[in-house]
Amino acid sequence: MAFTLYSLIQTAILCTNAIAVLHEERFLSKIGWGVDQGVGGFGDDPGIKAQILNLIRSVRTVMRVFHTLLLHFGLAFIK
Amino acid sequence: MDYTATQSGFRQQPSMRLRNSPGDGPDGSQLFEDTSRAGPGPQAGYRNQQAGPQTAGFPGQTLLSEPMSNLAMAYGSSLASQGREMVDKNLDRFIPISKLKYYFAVDTVYVGKKLGLLVFPYMHENWEVSYQQDTPVAPRFDVNAPDLYIPTMGFITYILVAGLALGTQSRFSPELLGVQASSALVWLIMEVLVVLLSLYLVTVNTDLTTIDLLAFAGYKYVGMIVGLVAGLLFGKPAYYLSLLWCCAAIFIFMIRTMRLKLLSEAAAEGKLVRGARNQLRMYLTMAIAAAQPIFMYWLTFHLVR
Repeated sequence: MAFTLYSLIQTAILCTNAIAVLHEERFLSKIGWGVDQGVGGFGDDPGIKAQILNLIRSVRTVMRVFHTLLLHFGLAFIK
Repeated sequence: MDYTATQSGFRQQPSMRLRNSPGDGPDGSQLFEDTSRAGPGPQAGYRNQQAGPQTAGFPGQTLLSEPMSNLAMAYGSSLASQGREMVDKNLDRFIPISKLKYYFAVDTVYVGKKLGLLVFPYMHENWEVSYQQDTPVAPRFDVNAPDLYIPTMGFITYILVAGLALGTQSRFSPELLGVQASSALVWLIMEVLVVLLSLYLVTVNTDLTTIDLLAFAGYKYVGMIVGLVAGLLFGKPAYYLSLLWCCAAIFIFMIRTMRLKLLSEAAAEGKLVRGARNQLRMYLTMAIAAAQPIFMYWLTFHLVR
């Protein structure tokens, strides 16, 4: 299989985007992965499900910040 | 110890040279840092050799001995040293160069022992990395410490051997070398990222850095090269046999190394510790070790026909 570095970057961007667009209300709450159902187990053993939910939430937050920054300042640069 | 003897031997020679040439060139002709006081010996000897020919050449060129040119040279050299400091500082922010230097501090004995360990790990008893006041000892002094020299050289050798294999089947073209290189690099990066992700999900408290994982993932290239060379020399049965041997060796090597780093103290010594977390960590170690033979086969089978 001939993978190039460019295809790796493309894959990474598409996967991050896929994680970021998982909608909270319409989808995650329905399958029991909502943001109120994960963060309950404090202590030294969060468990895999809590870690995955944390990861999804943080990816979504980072993409939001990145997206608004890009939108507002990127437009200024283009002009 | 051998190292201190050679170091003191080095330091004696340049101090003799310093006494012989008391009149060094003016400050403007120093293009290198003066590390003779704090640094190692060979650099001071080098600087003296540099200053010598320059002072000998100056009296012959009166144009260059004017005060303006001296000033210009002093200014230029100070600019150069400032620029170099800035580049070093900024580069150190992105690529931790001092940490990388630790991984390349190897010598021939270490490389020989480590290669032997990668191919035959069954007799080795003590797999722990020795520490020296909280920092791990350099690979030169401890055969269990991970290094980046063997993975780098293994990667480059793998690409060359792959080109050789393609050439013997008259399928070679120079672009294919680049394709092989980038493909293998992509698989390496993906493997390191997946291992990092799984370590995060299982919340293992370990002191494994990303570079350590890169080093461990790069150790499989040694086995791949052995298999490929055997396949080139003796044909397909030899390739399968040697690949089988190297896969088993890398499997045992990875399990014994990762066990000490990932599992808790009690479980690492072989006692059966119950509990979901330890079981998960054991599965993780097994999965990381089992991924190595799979990659070794995947990256080499299309090269041996």
